[in-house]
Amino acid sequence: MAERVSSKAMQDVQEEGVLKAVSRRDFIKGVISSGVAVSSAGYLFRASSILHGQQLAAGVGERLITLNVNGQQRRVDVMKQETLAWTLRYKLGLTGTKLGCDRAECGSCSVLIDDIPHYSCSVLTHTVRGRKVLTIEGLAAEDGTLHPVQQGVIDEQGFQCAFCMPGFIMTAVGFLKTNPNPTRRELAHGVSGNLCRCQDYDKILTALMRGAENMRRSSLG
Amino acid sequence: MDNDNQLADNKKDNKKPADPTKAAERTYGAGYKLIGKNYETPDLYAKVTGNAKYAEDFRAEGMLFCKLLLSPMPHARVKRIDAKAALAMPGVKAILTADDLPAPADTLTDNGTVIKASKWGERGLTMEPVYQGEPVLAVAAVDELTAAEAIEKIEIDFEPLPFVIDPLETLRPGGPNPRTDGNVWTRPAAAGSSSGSPPSPGTPAVTELKWTKADFEEEKHGRLPMGKSPDEWTYGDLDSGFKNAALVLDETFVTPDTSHQTLETRSALAYWQNGKVYIYTGTQSTAQTLPAIARWLNISPDNIVFISEYTGGGFGSKITGGVTMIIPALLAKKTNAPVMMRISREEETFIGRARPSFQGRMKVGFSKEGRITALDMFVICDNGPYDAVGDAPSSGRIVSLLYQPQAMRWRGLTVLTNTPPRSAQSSPGGLQGIVIIEPIIAKAARKLGVDQVAIRRINCPEGKAPLGPVLQGKRQYATSAFLKEALDRGAEQFKWNERVARTPKRIGTKVRGVGVSLSCYAGGTIGFDGLLVIKPDGRITFQSGIGNLGTESVIDVHRAGAEVLGVPWEKCNVVWGNTSRGLPFTCVSGGSQTTHAMTRAAYATAMAAKQKLQEIAAKKLGGKPEQYVVANERVFRKGGGTGMTLAQAAKHAIELGGIYDGHEAPADVHKLTKASVAALAGQGLVVAAKDNYPRDGSTYSYVASFAEIEVDVETGMYHVVDFLASADVGTVIHPRALGGQVLGRSTLGIGHAIGQKWVFDPRYGEMLSKRFYQSKPPTILDVPVDMQWTALDIPDPETPVGARGVGEPPVGGGCASILNALSDALGDEIFQRAPVNADTILTSLEAGRPMQHPLMAHI
Ligand code: FES
Ligand code: FES
Repeated sequence: MAERVSSKAMQDVQEEGVLKAVSRRDFIKGVISSGVAVSSAGYLFRASSILHGQQLAAGVGERLITLNVNGQQRRVDVMKQETLAWTLRYKLGLTGTKLGCDRAECGSCSVLIDDIPHYSCSVLTHTVRGRKVLTIEGLAAEDGTLHPVQQGVIDEQGFQCAFCMPGFIMTAVGFLKTNPNPTRRELAHGVSGNLCRCQDYDKILTALMRGAENMRRSSLG
Repeated sequence: MDNDNQLADNKKDNKKPADPTKAAERTYGAGYKLIGKNYETPDLYAKVTGNAKYAEDFRAEGMLFCKLLLSPMPHARVKRIDAKAALAMPGVKAILTADDLPAPADTLTDNGTVIKASKWGERGLTMEPVYQGEPVLAVAAVDELTAAEAIEKIEIDFEPLPFVIDPLETLRPGGPNPRTDGNVWTRPAAAGSSSGSPPSPGTPAVTELKWTKADFEEEKHGRLPMGKSPDEWTYGDLDSGFKNAALVLDETFVTPDTSHQTLETRSALAYWQNGKVYIYTGTQSTAQTLPAIARWLNISPDNIVFISEYTGGGFGSKITGGVTMIIPALLAKKTNAPVMMRISREEETFIGRARPSFQGRMKVGFSKEGRITALDMFVICDNGPYDAVGDAPSSGRIVSLLYQPQAMRWRGLTVLTNTPPRSAQSSPGGLQGIVIIEPIIAKAARKLGVDQVAIRRINCPEGKAPLGPVLQGKRQYATSAFLKEALDRGAEQFKWNERVARTPKRIGTKVRGVGVSLSCYAGGTIGFDGLLVIKPDGRITFQSGIGNLGTESVIDVHRAGAEVLGVPWEKCNVVWGNTSRGLPFTCVSGGSQTTHAMTRAAYATAMAAKQKLQEIAAKKLGGKPEQYVVANERVFRKGGGTGMTLAQAAKHAIELGGIYDGHEAPADVHKLTKASVAALAGQGLVVAAKDNYPRDGSTYSYVASFAEIEVDVETGMYHVVDFLASADVGTVIHPRALGGQVLGRSTLGIGHAIGQKWVFDPRYGEMLSKRFYQSKPPTILDVPVDMQWTALDIPDPETPVGARGVGEPPVGGGCASILNALSDALGDEIFQRAPVNADTILTSLEAGRPMQHPLMAHI
């Protein structure tokens, strides 16, 4: 099964041209022979030359694009194969979005794109041009008032280590926009693409239910 | 396991919106202002806004990235490395190999003993990889892609060496050895090989042990062979125990390896500044990680600043962080630039630690009432290639305490294999021991016609219950145990009797089953330090050396200090997460020590602060210290009269200097605490104190776990319908945090029942379960939509405040209650290993006997 996923992932990156820099033959060799290339595949990124003032290796194509992130227009250099998670974390300084797997398995990287939850580790940045990206940092109001779901987590002391929390909150916010009055079971299904290894799911659900309640109340008032 | 069976839970959704109060809102902390009350922890706001900084969220100017080259083979020797082409690439800054690692440092214990560094210890990089995925070298470059390309350009020759994936294979006559020196961890007799206590660091050695062909005869009957074992203890008369038994069961059981899979991998950032190294990574124990780094880098702790503000989960895998954090530190030194090492999910599977599996066998004798008359336990612990884990000995102690057998023998082996390194995982050895014995107890109850709760009730510990082997003529004992009460309360709240009586058990293809399990683990240590400062503005700062891994003990324990001083919580700050900010000598947050150890230290420190305040008042206002009391943020003469505010007292402390403002530290505190006291000197009334309170017994915490499951016998799929954990963990400090631990760690245990395990290709030693989806931790759909917990809130009599630890105790019961519910639904002929998957159920149901291989590891 591992092989199947690896080759699928490889096809995807191939389409995006990542293999220009690493020869295809070497890449496949790496995938087959050991953990090295397999484990790196989702993790190969350029740091921004602008951010770090470093000399980059030759042959890297970055392109300046404009993104709408948390209501702001942000100009940023991105590579063709760059994921949104990387752009947010390493180019825009928005480290609230977490990487737990970088391969669409855990949901830690969830953000809203046009109000729909997405795994930002598995979305290419250039595909979100002209769309509204919302991250955990953009959820509270400008005056610092927390979003009702954030407040729900505070009210119930939801989550433990909270590494999964930004992803859960963003997914829940997205889900509640279209399902404002869910049962516990419905909300559990809504956030079931998010993994919490601390596994206190019961209190997470209670906190998110409280968030839903806060949301209903705030839209009433 | 996906749970799409809605039927079971539909009725719950009727109480919509769900009632968030449940048991968690039971009131705790009668008579206290802070203890036992819910509150908003000071780290929560940063967490919900995304501002909480975990290691990979830090940036440093000119930061390089590094990538690792991992061994593709389970055991090999590196014959040649040619990095010329890699190093010639633009943007590549440095390579680090095992040759660049500092010599392993010896350890100087607090009582002055030198423990020699183990020659079998793990060092971070190696020229003789002993597991697939072990880091061999690292490259630093301007960005990750360049570093990864450089790794591809390195020419490296591996010479394959014999390897072992299954502990039984290396014990066979002529079987391969996982390390060149042998295959088992043994301890010299001088260290007390019959003590049954965890191996003390530095003492064990790797030696060779092979069993005979005759030993392996048992294998033919599907039973665990039991050859020579280096570790053994006995108490009571085993033979007559078995002779007098009404029922004797002899069962073999295999438990799974489970990766810790912390959601935050062990990424680390490091840089050097003015001769000091700054390291950022996740840890469970901030203060105690400093000496670990000092040992790994072989430098003085004075030259280390360690930052760990938020840790994305630990579960025992990050007790003092991970040794790999020295890789970016050494590369940063070499390149004179900050280095970020991001660890991918697959790399984490290799280097991120796991619980060792057990191949176990137990012979248990029962009286006709179900009382255990004799218990003979034999376990093989798959240790992985490096330092000895303590799971095997701890499994024996836990079983002896939890079921109080009238006579018991424990034998164990800690066998090395070429599989990724293990470490303690929530309830190390406890889970494995409980998971081996619980199905036997469930089976015995069925055979004897005794109720499942009743059979546990007559075996469970009470009060100062004895445990473990006889040492110097007597057995150790627990500080207290109120597990019977926890069991009774749990049975009542779970409506055990109603569930058992409910008929029919089967409707269509769906069968219901209920299960109960006992569970316990060590719940606290003693003798650590606390440190606080009362500032001239009247506020109190608690210095916390505990890691912030989500349990909230980093903050919670200080509520006990504030309670003693009678200061409102709004006037308190907690400093944590940075060793340059003055942290006291603190227990490691592992083995559920923290709540117990550090509430004691917090209590001692608050009492010392009271004493100092009284002294300051007497010095300034006349009279004797004992004529003053501390209350309402003041220190004043008993019965009213003159006094001063805490703010004024803090100013006086600074004037007085010496032991009042931190220019002198108490003689009995640890040297780390003394350094921190000196660093804080002059800031106010600086109070450090050691926990010198007596304790009679060893501290353990207990849980009774209840589960109901529903199996579809046509598909083999099952799901957990209801779950309840009833905890005896002493005084409740912070109910919501406690509930999170009780249910969170229960669910960690449930993962061991419903699907998590390691799978290897035995031919090439290649791991097949490398990612989340291949050994998936329970998701929110795998657990009931309304889980229940409750806590007795009975103070432990052997500790001020009465609080015990809670992290580990629920884990074994989480797993075993599910297994017991499964056998209640399907009978005793389905499984003899965990996890139990749909295919196990289907094939065994069809054959009428357990169909999985009874012994083979990692299938
Ligand atoms: S990091 Fe994107 S799904 Fe795990
Ligand atoms: S709270 Fe730790 S991973 Fe969810």
